[in-house]
Amino acid sequence: MFAYIARRILATIPVVLLVALFVFSLLYLAPGDPAAIIAGDQATPADVDRIRESLGLDRPFLVRFFDWFWHVLTGDLGVSIFTNLPVSHMIAQRIEPTVSLMLLTLTLSLSFAIPMGVIAAWKHGTWIDRGVMMTAVFGFSTPSFVVGYLLAYVFALYLDWLPVQGFTSISVGVIPFLRNLILPATALGLVFMALIARITRATMLDVLSQDYVRTAKAKGVGQRGVLFVHALKNAAVPIVTIVGIGFATLISGAIVTESVFAIPGLGRLTVDAILRRDYPVIQGVVLMFSFVYVLVNLGVDLLYTVFDPRIRY
Amino acid sequence: MDRRDFLKTAGAGVMAGLAAPSIARAADSKVLRFIPQANLANLDPIWTTQYVVRNGALLIWDMLYGVNDKLEPQPQMVEGHEVTPDFKTWTFKLRTGLKFHDGEPVRSKDVVASITRWMARDATMGLVIKKRLDALEAVDDRTFRFRLNAPYPRMLFALGKSSTPCLFIMPERIAATDPFKQIGEHIGSGPMRFMKDQWIPGAKAVFERFSDYAPRSEKANWLSGGKRINFDRIEWNIVPDGATAAAALENGEVDWWETPLPDLVPLLKKHAGVAVDIADPLGNIGSFRINHLHPPFNDVRARQAIQIALSQEDYMRAVVGSDETLWKTIPGFFTPDTPLYTEAGGERLKGKRDYDLAKKLLAEAGYKGEPIVLLVATDVAITKAQGDVTADLLKRIGMNVQYAALDWGTVGQRRAKKEPPSEGGWNIFHTWHAGADCVNPAPYIALDSSGDTAWFGWPKSDLVQAKIAAWYGASDLAAEKKAIEELNKVAMDHVVYVPTGFFKGYQAWRKNVSGIVKAPFPVFWDVTKT
Repeated sequence: MFAYIARRILATIPVVLLVALFVFSLLYLAPGDPAAIIAGDQATPADVDRIRESLGLDRPFLVRFFDWFWHVLTGDLGVSIFTNLPVSHMIAQRIEPTVSLMLLTLTLSLSFAIPMGVIAAWKHGTWIDRGVMMTAVFGFSTPSFVVGYLLAYVFALYLDWLPVQGFTSISVGVIPFLRNLILPATALGLVFMALIARITRATMLDVLSQDYVRTAKAKGVGQRGVLFVHALKNAAVPIVTIVGIGFATLISGAIVTESVFAIPGLGRLTVDAILRRDYPVIQGVVLMFSFVYVLVNLGVDLLYTVFDPRIRY
Repeated sequence: MDRRDFLKTAGAGVMAGLAAPSIARAADSKVLRFIPQANLANLDPIWTTQYVVRNGALLIWDMLYGVNDKLEPQPQMVEGHEVTPDFKTWTFKLRTGLKFHDGEPVRSKDVVASITRWMARDATMGLVIKKRLDALEAVDDRTFRFRLNAPYPRMLFALGKSSTPCLFIMPERIAATDPFKQIGEHIGSGPMRFMKDQWIPGAKAVFERFSDYAPRSEKANWLSGGKRINFDRIEWNIVPDGATAAAALENGEVDWWETPLPDLVPLLKKHAGVAVDIADPLGNIGSFRINHLHPPFNDVRARQAIQIALSQEDYMRAVVGSDETLWKTIPGFFTPDTPLYTEAGGERLKGKRDYDLAKKLLAEAGYKGEPIVLLVATDVAITKAQGDVTADLLKRIGMNVQYAALDWGTVGQRRAKKEPPSEGGWNIFHTWHAGADCVNPAPYIALDSSGDTAWFGWPKSDLVQAKIAAWYGASDLAAEKKAIEELNKVAMDHVVYVPTGFFKGYQAWRKNVSGIVKAPFPVFWDVTKT
């Protein structure tokens, strides 16, 4: 097992290297000029040229790439062109809101989606099943920003229960932390919830028709035990796979949700950096996301062994 | 208590906590929460000319002079000045008690270093002074002197101008930074200190009161007078989404929004707790910027064809909507309702639009249907609206439009290209100029017609340049007006660029906030909150 984990972690290196090269090349090819944005509308073309030169943006592609890459190898993601702050510092500033949003979204989604999927499978063909599936279709089809605006209107403006925007660290208090995050997590989680509920239902339907379930029932195991102990554990592998794949959806959803709710997270950092062509920040954030995504997939693979002992590495 | 009771009690407790009124929001009258016009991505007001940076810098750094609402420069950091009758030697004395945020006194050497850095980047007035400069010297700790080789009567306006880059006074060690590189410290002598450790670029910037700030005794008026801040802390919250910003203002989570979207203004006006008013009385001038280097617009007749066909009303309705109090047509280059405004030479922009005459002029200029590359920044509402109107206009006069939908960052890069449009260059792009920058030729970079060194589009006209020089030499208001009338006429004839109209924007704030004034920049002094 440990050898497998070590091999997988080592395998992330070429993946991250490829991502680095790909992102750097794309940014090089993409139009746009941070020097022009920095200089502003009142600057002359000559000033823009001087700023470009001072930022080293006039250097050849390979020189810039290897310079950046060498620094990355030494753990230095570089300095933002605009803020003059280290990219690692900017990422560190933004990690807590994004991680908090994702964890709360995951918690909310799994807490609701799995029971919904299980119950829908159990009550297959009834109005409960159809209700769950309709909710899932609605959740899947409604963009998170639409849900976000609706939630903000109802719970912040109309009922005046919750704030519209911003983020409060958990270190300030759990209640203020949740007050800020509950709406964005719900908005972001709806799609995820729908996805998991549907896959849970489908997998559970398959599992519930297996012989061992009938045997368990014949042995007198209660309905709850059949559903949540025998069936759900065996249905867990596809669900965990979908959760892992859905992580990418969460990242892209976080970009929109953080903008709608003005949460100072990594999603907004990415969008701002792309709009300004802040190359070191874009490269740093994408590298980090790719690394995390690879780790999440590794985590999913390892979880398989927990739910299905037949799987060995 | 059984499991169900426990869950009910815990659930009710959590919901009660979540639904509790926002005790913290906007309750502290010593904290002002402000949504700026854009993200504050850096804080070097010389390195960049972005207005949002200038606005933040006004809190941190003080200026030698500051303009009032009549755009008259008033002494700010200086006690007074002396000037020789030939306007060649200017001697200034600093006020006593001026201190930087690190506790060091403000000395003449700091001023000299700051002026030197500013002159290297200010393409208008700073450059003019630099060209005429024999020496800039610190006479003693409080006295500094310019010795010029040519008269420069507009020195005070230059030192106090509000258009970017403004002359902010920094400690010598910071001002010594290469003007094309960003400063690393944000130490000023202004009324607020920048809290760099709390800065989250793209999300929040925090300023705290500088207790040793020595305001002038006069009443504050725009950038002049005593800059008394009534808050311990000013927080700039960057809210990228307009609807969220409006909701946050309605909900009392922020106190002041600098630039509400026009679409959302009717909603804000209906809210009992929100006040809405014009932000900047000097407004903005929309710009149809033409590349003078390449056919067909290297021929003045093709440029004049645009003037004859262009309807400013169409542009203004597209940019600001149906609220007619927000815009007006201007057959001139200078800011309306300011002393030098003139319509001399603007006849081609008035009256019925004549597409046939425009087509005729285009034919005379040799236009034969070549693609016209129109750069449109679709991520900026004002440029997108102007671009769409232009695309329609060009088609109406028989031009073959190549609509390049880009983001602002790409337009910024591509407009610098001098190559022909077929090789990655361009013919037209849109922007707008702050009215405060268009009150006279000094800060008006878009009017410069020096060719290669001019602003994007590179207009070249010795006549326009001569008229600008004539304004610099004007000794009184009557002479200035005469010079500007002549300048407006020749610039219109040459079609340096085509103004698409004059428009204003709104600002909005909570009604428990008072003292907000109309100005080209947010004025935080004398604002209070209950």
